[in-house]
Amino acid sequence: MKTAVVLLPGLNRDRDMIAALTTITGQVPETVWQTETVIPKVDLVVVPGGFSFGDYLRCGAIAARSPVMRAVAEAAAKGVPVLGVCNGFQILCEAGLLPGALMRNAALRFVCREVKLKVANATTRFSSAYAQGQVIRCPVAHHEGNYFADDATLKTLQDGERIVFRYAEGTNPNGAIDDIAGIVNAAGTVLGMMPHPENLIEPEHGGTDGRGIFESVLGISASLAA
Amino acid sequence: MIKARIIVTLKTGVLDPQGKAIESALGNLGIDGVGSVRQGKVFDVEIEGEDAAGAKATLDAMCEQLLANTVIENYAVEIDNR
Repeated sequence: MKTAVVLLPGLNRDRDMIAALTTITGQVPETVWQTETVIPKVDLVVVPGGFSFGDYLRCGAIAARSPVMRAVAEAAAKGVPVLGVCNGFQILCEAGLLPGALMRNAALRFVCREVKLKVANATTRFSSAYAQGQVIRCPVAHHEGNYFADDATLKTLQDGERIVFRYAEGTNPNGAIDDIAGIVNAAGTVLGMMPHPENLIEPEHGGTDGRGIFESVLGISASLAA
Repeated sequence: MIKARIIVTLKTGVLDPQGKAIESALGNLGIDGVGSVRQGKVFDVEIEGEDAAGAKATLDAMCEQLLANTVIENYAVEIDNR
């Protein structure tokens, strides 16, 4: 089970993501630096969180135009699963791999806390380890997680069942439209989400609710991984 | 050298929490009568050469591809004709 993690200057959740992928797959992920133009042959590409390029211009805007993101787009076009978490989600939106945009949190404050996520679609390749409607715990840490899409785009996401995770039980931390925490592209091969599942994958984290995303997309059954 | 100014603003209907915070701060200062504030960005750009039409095309391209996120933002390009 091979994975790759994209590295960009200013990211700071890359080590957490590498640790999580190593724990879950038993193999250290390959890392791909911003200037590289080819993604190695892997089963999952992850764009982790942080503050790429200092979030200059707009969060994720500079990173989205870097050479490595062109390579990620090419891999995604071939059907390689791509996961973007937090700044990774912002980068995927800026790169046009996912629709919409992430804006400043409605309350203007950086939020670093645990939220509840409802699995709005358990049939995607990133969520099949969960039950439809299941509510999971997940940490968030961001300043610009306020998902926005125009009415037509939102309807497309809703009608296509492309909203995978919604903030549940009144825990929407950022004002995101329709409580959107994570969406997939039309092909179902690219997931972007603001919460950090990589930080809730072993009992020492206080829970393992985040594991399901990695187990789903990598085809690892929970019993084998335990 | 052609000098241009690009103004990027949030589209109508897109929530602007920063503009709202500025409105509230203006109220705190006792500056009354403020209907609303929307925050935007300004870029001053110099384009080499004297080809105004070519410069306009270049400036539009940089707005579309980088300076504005057209999902949420509009942009306007002003070329200094002096």
